[in-house]
Amino acid sequence: MLAELGQLLLALALAATLLVGVQQLLALRQPGADMQTANRLLTTTALASFGLTFGAFVLLALLFIGSDFSVLNVAENSNTLLPIQYKFAASWGSHEGSFLLWNLMLCGWTAALALASGDLAASYRARVLTILLLLQAFFLLFMVSSSNPFERLLPAVPEGRDLNPLLQDPFMVIHPPMLYMGYVGFAVAFAFAVAALMERRLDPTWARWSRPWANAAWSFLTVGILLGSWWAYRELGWGGWWFWDPVENASLMPWLAGTALIHSLAVTDKRDALKSWTILLSIVAFALSLLGTFLVRSGVLTSVHAFATDPQRGIFILTMLTLIVGAALVLYAMRTRDIGLGGRFGKVSRESFLLANNVLMSAALGAVMLGTLYPLFAEVVSGRKMSVGPPYFEAVFVPLLLPAAYLMAAAPGLRWKEQALGALLRPMAIATAISLALASAWVLLLGPFKWLTALGLAGGLLLTWGTIDHARRQLAKVAGDAGQPLPIGMRMQRLGASYWGMVLAHLGVAAFVIGVTMVKSYESEQDIVMKQGQTVEVGDGWRLTFIGVDRVSGPNFVAQHGVFELTEGAGRVIYLLEPQKRMYQAGRQVMTEASIDYGLFRDIYVSLGDPVEAKPTDAVSDLAWGVRVYVKPFMVWVWLACVMMALGGFTTVIDKRYRMRRTVRATAPAAVAPHSGATAEA
Amino acid sequence: MPNSLRVILPLLVLAALAVVFVIGLQGDPRKLPSVFIDKPAPAFSLPDLAQGQPVVTPESLRGQVWLLNVFASWCGACVTEHPHLLALAAQNRVAVVGLAYKDEPADTQAWLEARGNPYGRIAVDRDGLVGIDYGVYGVPETFVIDGKGVIRYKHVGPVDGDFFRQHVEPLLAAGGR
Repeated sequence: MLAELGQLLLALALAATLLVGVQQLLALRQPGADMQTANRLLTTTALASFGLTFGAFVLLALLFIGSDFSVLNVAENSNTLLPIQYKFAASWGSHEGSFLLWNLMLCGWTAALALASGDLAASYRARVLTILLLLQAFFLLFMVSSSNPFERLLPAVPEGRDLNPLLQDPFMVIHPPMLYMGYVGFAVAFAFAVAALMERRLDPTWARWSRPWANAAWSFLTVGILLGSWWAYRELGWGGWWFWDPVENASLMPWLAGTALIHSLAVTDKRDALKSWTILLSIVAFALSLLGTFLVRSGVLTSVHAFATDPQRGIFILTMLTLIVGAALVLYAMRTRDIGLGGRFGKVSRESFLLANNVLMSAALGAVMLGTLYPLFAEVVSGRKMSVGPPYFEAVFVPLLLPAAYLMAAAPGLRWKEQALGALLRPMAIATAISLALASAWVLLLGPFKWLTALGLAGGLLLTWGTIDHARRQLAKVAGDAGQPLPIGMRMQRLGASYWGMVLAHLGVAAFVIGVTMVKSYESEQDIVMKQGQTVEVGDGWRLTFIGVDRVSGPNFVAQHGVFELTEGAGRVIYLLEPQKRMYQAGRQVMTEASIDYGLFRDIYVSLGDPVEAKPTDAVSDLAWGVRVYVKPFMVWVWLACVMMALGGFTTVIDKRYRMRRTVRATAPAAVAPHSGATAEA
Repeated sequence: MPNSLRVILPLLVLAALAVVFVIGLQGDPRKLPSVFIDKPAPAFSLPDLAQGQPVVTPESLRGQVWLLNVFASWCGACVTEHPHLLALAAQNRVAVVGLAYKDEPADTQAWLEARGNPYGRIAVDRDGLVGIDYGVYGVPETFVIDGKGVIRYKHVGPVDGDFFRQHVEPLLAAGGR
């Protein structure tokens, strides 16, 4: 019964969004339409479709928690032995379930927008909501017609197939929702841009409205990617954290487009410039989110996973993607000239640096896209299967993104419109020289000189300095309305949440550059055979002693559980490392659980291999095991950096500037004007 | 870049991508060419599910067209194809051999008792090693093997009525060659 009810809820949501969406699309073309009634109807529909989809999602989760194996989706992705949190997470472990989650997020963003968009111009708000409802209708149509999460399996099977053990990890419970929040969040920026095109909105207000939504989506996506990467680090047992695999790239592409977008939106908001770019990036960021969904879910790239895919579904998603993005791009091609180029700016200015950021991000995006899709092109053209590996991606990524770190150090301090080159060069040259000297000294302390490592570290140091120095100068500049000095707290408040969000996110980028440079330059790996009681030297001054292996059992697996003692110096035990090799009962897959001693400056990572063939004469204590030990300097910095970037993005969202009602906005700039000129914005 | 090109370029990129994807999707992932097709069926020697029977080997089936159906009691899709296999067995025109893949014999037994047994013989591949030899990556899979012991077709996923008509009957009509 629950399954049928869930199907009914989805069908109702489809009917509501499709009817209201199409009706409004036609009504909006009529001049003098009653906007108040239209907006009320759209708000109600947005809330109703959220309620219905949420209901369907709850029903699916209940079916999973209750292990109802008469539902195909449950039978194929769950198992009675599965711990309850994974039963819940299995609701979105399958293709069908993940689309339901995707759509739930879309409905959530739409409902949030409907509730929080009172200050948008009525006709513009109506267009934005109409576009979002039509997007929902597309996805609901897909679910109802060819990807039904509630499909029955009759007769029921006594036991389910189990969730892929790779996905049985606490992070898998929150990774997909975060990632989808990001993907789908770009739908809002997309709707804002398309609505601006539809209305031929020439002013920059739409960009201001779009900014907090784009920033929020970008922050969610950052968290989602972070969780996925951390999960791969802990779970795959190879010590790697980014594999440039198509699924990872599918999430990186919208992130890069989104990074370009949030900066481009800032320029359009502040200076009414780069308008065409900003609109295009809004469309592209969402197009790439759809592309990511298509690549992962259609099986076009991972065709060996035959059970996860269905060519018919692939065609459906592809048609949807082409229609949605194609329509937006046609509109863009027709209207972009009306929008115009907007404010002019000099070769050296805040705008030009932000444009450079756009160009670098877009180039990086193009490079990732090429590398990800090249195997597919090659297969279509020559029929041969091939793959593009990390060497390609690393070779193109470093030269594109490292310069971005240097540019970023200077960008916030530049003036809008035009910056005298001399005033920029002198302090930057000094700071760059000091950073390079410090970084070189750092590298030389650690061993032989490596110029790329030094350049990376110098980029991180320069960016840290540039960001903090700018914040210091900004704080010094802020004064009261009558020019009186203010306490520090109030001065910080005056600069606004969006400024501090930017500072935090940019410091995050600096930490990221330093972390990646250190881990890539100085990580070490040991592949060794260890006997019980044996001790090996690890890295610089740590010793790892193999205590032994025993068998433990979990709810749905049995595991060989290794115990290692990590000591420092004269034998002080600092950590007990307990890697496991798990055998999951339902699917018989073997999984490696690495054990990691995290530290601010180094991770020590141990994963258990296989026992080495024992001779019958060996005593038990002679049993030897293959063991992999990694030392990963500054690894934690990468995770912390992503957290800082995401927190920075979320911080900008609470900035009051984005939430001012029109009446307030008219008076506010006058009050802040004397100090805000070229200073306080992201 | 001329202005008009800049405006049209995104559309062109989209169109090119869509064309490549459509072509890419034509390769039906279920019909991945098996490297085993037209190769001799890998040899194995596995215990029969029924106690006291001799071991199951491809050798012992020489001289007739037979199907090797990889199944398991834990497999949901196997339930879908089961009626088709029962119908096939009822016609008694071709030997159907089951490969109980990574399954506890007691579970296999119970599952067959509940649903009927379409198999002439059932080889117990408890740790899935024979499955590896046959390149099994999902259950169910069905191999069509001719009288000379050569694999003629591999079907991934549940079989249906068409499967027998298209891939087994022509072989029987040709006398198993």
